[in-house]
Amino acid sequence: MAGKTLYDKLWDAHVVRQEEDGTALIYIDRQLLHEVTSPQAFEGLRLAHRKPWRVETNLATCDHNVPTTELKGGPETIEDPVSRIQVITLGKNAQEFGITEFGMGDPRQGIVHVVGPEEGATLPGMTVVCGDSHTATHGALGALAHGIGTSEVEHVMATQCLIQKKMKNMLVKIDGKLQPGVTPKDVVLAIIGKIGTAGGTGCAMEFGGQVFRDMSVEGRMTVCNMAIEAGARVGLVGVDDKTVEYVKGRPFAPKGEHWDLAVEAWKELHSDDDAKFDIVVEMDGSKIEPQVSWGTSPEMVLDINGMVPNPDKETDPVKANGIRRALDYMGLKADMPVKDIPVEYVFIGSCTNSRIEDLRAAASVLKGKKISDKVELAIAVPGSGLVKQQAEQEGLDKIFIEAGFEWRNPGCSMCLAMNADRLPAGKHCASTSNRNFEGRQGAGGRTHLVSPEMAAAAAVAGHFVDVRDYL
Amino acid sequence: MDKFVKLTAIVAPMDRANVDTDAIIPKQFLKSIKRSGFGPNLFDEWRYEDVGQPDADNSGRPLRKDFVLNQPRYQGAKILLTRENFGCGSSREHAPWALKDYGFDVIISPSYADIFFNNSFKNGILPIILDDKIVDALFQEVYATEGYQLTVDLQAQQIIKPNGETIAFEVDSFRRHCLLHGLDDIGLTLQHQEDIKAYEAKRKQQAPWLFAN
Ligand code: SF4
Repeated sequence: MAGKTLYDKLWDAHVVRQEEDGTALIYIDRQLLHEVTSPQAFEGLRLAHRKPWRVETNLATCDHNVPTTELKGGPETIEDPVSRIQVITLGKNAQEFGITEFGMGDPRQGIVHVVGPEEGATLPGMTVVCGDSHTATHGALGALAHGIGTSEVEHVMATQCLIQKKMKNMLVKIDGKLQPGVTPKDVVLAIIGKIGTAGGTGCAMEFGGQVFRDMSVEGRMTVCNMAIEAGARVGLVGVDDKTVEYVKGRPFAPKGEHWDLAVEAWKELHSDDDAKFDIVVEMDGSKIEPQVSWGTSPEMVLDINGMVPNPDKETDPVKANGIRRALDYMGLKADMPVKDIPVEYVFIGSCTNSRIEDLRAAASVLKGKKISDKVELAIAVPGSGLVKQQAEQEGLDKIFIEAGFEWRNPGCSMCLAMNADRLPAGKHCASTSNRNFEGRQGAGGRTHLVSPEMAAAAAVAGHFVDVRDYL
Repeated sequence: MDKFVKLTAIVAPMDRANVDTDAIIPKQFLKSIKRSGFGPNLFDEWRYEDVGQPDADNSGRPLRKDFVLNQPRYQGAKILLTRENFGCGSSREHAPWALKDYGFDVIISPSYADIFFNNSFKNGILPIILDDKIVDALFQEVYATEGYQLTVDLQAQQIIKPNGETIAFEVDSFRRHCLLHGLDDIGLTLQHQEDIKAYEAKRKQQAPWLFAN
């Protein structure tokens, strides 16, 4: 019998029952909640007079709508009325149903996908859901994690189960050693550039090979976070000593005897050597260059030394049209060097790149430098209150501020501009976030996805540069 | 989801064809954080003289007196009688949410838009399909008699008129089962409660740290 993949193991451990057509009830160990996709689910419970099945498995925080500028007080001080209501509602719902919430001003508040692992609330071997597509992030810990819709949020609260069919197994295997200056963000952007935004559709995407074994746990989170941008609802990395070390001592992590039992069980959480994958993609890690997205889809990505594509050289008319539309929206010329793209805004943050290692990496580039006077606004937004505290203890905030950055409070911020942090129309932004769709960071805004190091270097230069020249 | 078994209620006549979901609940109300509370804005543009805003108080707004739901004789109606292709247009589930919240449990029409038809069952509304001519006759009777009521019996799959006459109707047996027992996806999953509990008992042995708090 062939061995099992990590996904097979996680799936098998959570099947409550399975119908003949393959539809299964999957048990959910942890649900994370935020203010945007939960209100109708709570309302549904209320109307049906239902209670959460295991209320203690739910954990809530507000992130999408919270201001990142100086807090004037609690949620009632948010200026935008729609944002205010959503944040207040989450607090009320959490209270009514008895769910733990990290609200505004709580140092543990932050982006839900930063908070979960940071608190040890997401653990290896767990099934994790959240009404948010970037839930794939938690797969970096060897958890089966995916994003769900609002009616499913309600379903999980009420039944502790999710109705699911098993996905295909996909392996992205990258061996070799990354060059200095090449980061997890570059790795995942390069993967998306290679396989496309639908490359992982219908799959659980495991990342394997030396590059991921060498990578820190936070780096693995950056990679798994963007599995969804490659079409996969689930991203996974097998558990190793680094994972265990990362989880140890976190507030929600198992303690005492339970800790020993858990660690023993987690040792099995990797794909067997003879496991069978439906799809395997291999890449050479040593050949990956720093990446910059040029267009309006995460697959429109280039090496820093590359040239913006020319639609006239594209033989597929559908693709050629896509390139033309993207060039037009982004205000770029065909064949221009990526390094000539100006940078007017810089955003370091989001659930992809707002952890302490990301801030350290950006600060290491900024140290002793000033941002270009062509840059109109550069903001650094830590992923959580605890990340912010840690960064301040290390003096990173001073490095950012002295370089000319604004040092903000935690939240989703300019990743999707649901709060007041918006990218103005026509402006180019070097952003460490995950989506460069039209209008994502603000109507008409032009997003370029990069690593924290590349964003910092671009801030200094006023255009994109190869961070390896700054090391 | 609410059960639907049998109901006797006033019938409101919505004498229009192709009533779309934009008319049922206009787009500005989709920003809400709720799926309840849409009732006061059901048919907002037809019902009020001014333009409705989300989260505004609707109680003092000027009503269009001739609109059917504003007429005293149809107050408390739970059955909506209407013409073909009801619920066409966008797929917004806010449409059945608004109808249900207003108080409608049954719709009677010669035909419906597909998505709306599905969404209705999911939200505890019974959309009944009757022949054109029967619907036409019902309109005449509703207009002729103030306080006209119908009894809708899902168990027996029939409508009973005030004079005792009955009209049979068809409904998909699975959907009928779900409505009669008030089952939505959650309700159906909860039928497997024992399986979930058995899983938890077993899992607790294997991974006790997941059940520690
Ligand atoms: S940071 Fe961006 S991608 Fe992540 S959860 Fe917030 S809005 Fe979504």
